[in-house]
Amino acid sequence: MKDDILTVMWKERKGLFRAQGRRGQALLTMLSPLFLAVYLPYSAGVDWVERSMSLLLAVIVPFILVGITVPDSFAGERERHTLPTLLASRLPDRAILFGKLAMSMLFGWGITVLILLVSLVTLNVLHWPGYVLLYKPSLLVADLSVSGLVALFTAGLGVFFSLRSSTVQQAQQLTMSVLLLPAMVLQFGLLFILQSPSLRETLNSTLGALSFAQLVLIIVAVLGAAAVALLWVAMARFNRARLILSQ
Amino acid sequence: MEAIVVENLTKDYDGLRAVDHINFSVEAGEIFGFLGPNGAGKTTTIHLLLGLLEPTDGRAQVLGFDTYTQADDVRAHTGALLEHTGVYEQLSAEDNLEFYGRVYRMTPAERQARIKELLTQMDLWERREDRAANWSKGMKQKLALARAMLHRPQLVFLDEPTAGLDVVSANAVREGLEALAEREGMTVFLTTHNMAEAERLCSQVAVIREGRLVAIGHPDDLRARAGGPRLEIFGRGFTENVLRLLRARPEVAAITMENGHLEVDLTEDTDTAPLVSLAVSAGVEVQEVRRGKATLEEVFLTLMEEEK
Repeated sequence: MKDDILTVMWKERKGLFRAQGRRGQALLTMLSPLFLAVYLPYSAGVDWVERSMSLLLAVIVPFILVGITVPDSFAGERERHTLPTLLASRLPDRAILFGKLAMSMLFGWGITVLILLVSLVTLNVLHWPGYVLLYKPSLLVADLSVSGLVALFTAGLGVFFSLRSSTVQQAQQLTMSVLLLPAMVLQFGLLFILQSPSLRETLNSTLGALSFAQLVLIIVAVLGAAAVALLWVAMARFNRARLILSQ
Repeated sequence: MEAIVVENLTKDYDGLRAVDHINFSVEAGEIFGFLGPNGAGKTTTIHLLLGLLEPTDGRAQVLGFDTYTQADDVRAHTGALLEHTGVYEQLSAEDNLEFYGRVYRMTPAERQARIKELLTQMDLWERREDRAANWSKGMKQKLALARAMLHRPQLVFLDEPTAGLDVVSANAVREGLEALAEREGMTVFLTTHNMAEAERLCSQVAVIREGRLVAIGHPDDLRARAGGPRLEIFGRGFTENVLRLLRARPEVAAITMENGHLEVDLTEDTDTAPLVSLAVSAGVEVQEVRRGKATLEEVFLTLMEEEK
């Protein structure tokens, strides 16, 4: 199984990095994360490595990258009519599923780590205090774990919608729409809470009672549980007969 | 030894019977043609034989493996070129084959040698590093054929491998297939709409219509079933009197005028010189005489008409 997963990852990597004509698209996709990696540490200063601001990148970057690559990987096989041949090969269902998931996640998570490094270099160049600024260890752990889980969660959701979509575009739109929904609900919820002094006080006292580590643990637990549930659904739905019939 | 054994194989989708209790077997090493109009159940049969679908009823064995309970073994020992080429267009031809070589766990040395051998044989070696997206349909089809045969499977399923190709490309694919099948001794399960292709390549053909098998046998046997030997006389002066005289002969089963020439269906494979002499003596100016049999296409059309 391990060799089969690595084989699928090899093919996915070739498709991701060697596809001519996609380099421009990939550069465009990378533009906004790169901009954030320069602008955010520039405006935040030393707080960038001391407070939780870098978590924003740890959420946004894998969200964008995995949200684009997973639908292309799964719904793309169907749209380009390469899926039946793949299913007619000796590869087990799970190897196809996990190989594709792993490559998309590794890509999203790897680029996030790279962006976090770029932002650290930017910070040191623009706000040089006379010594090298590094991420606070707890913040670094939070950045790495949250970005990994966001990648996993986005990948799970991407597979779920890709298996129901006939085109890559449809799968990407559905995945992005559903991923943006909780962010919008959270934003409107916060706006509503901030308008009410009593609710604002309750929120402040609740969040104030939590340490940074506790808050990150809660986020990690929620994301982890959601990602595992989505993966379980993806495993159940990724079935040869179902996929052949949906061609 | 039988490479494929199918017993009462049936598949229903959403209340529609796509394959209806079909029975046949394919000998190892033969090219078996599976013919039928669009929607007859050819692709569904291939999907069932590859273990991609669960049969509603009946069973099938491929290379001794049950297609439902041992589907992984079936797929490990077979190759397939399905309805679409399945070629990854963003990858090079070499990478396409490299990927499937890895899938079938060929060693790097085996992969390298086999890829070179197949691409050379298909006249694609010089363009191995090109992205497949830049290739013609015929080249992609040849690449897909090479991929299906890459791991030297004992059996390959080819679903209309020459559909949509121009005459030259189709002929190149056919020649490639014929050479590979002969050299490597593999069994080929071929679906096609092209009767000339089936006639040229297949040692046995089966005809399917609306999920049911309506005929099976060697192309010669099927032709014989549709009609015996035939004499075609081209010329002038085919009067009613000539037709009456010829019809009266015991070796003549039927006579029809087709596009200005006379088609004489014979009851047996007999000496036709007396018939030609009779026509000449009755005033026919003979320009050309041909002996022949019904083509597979005529057999196919007859079978389709019978079923209607």
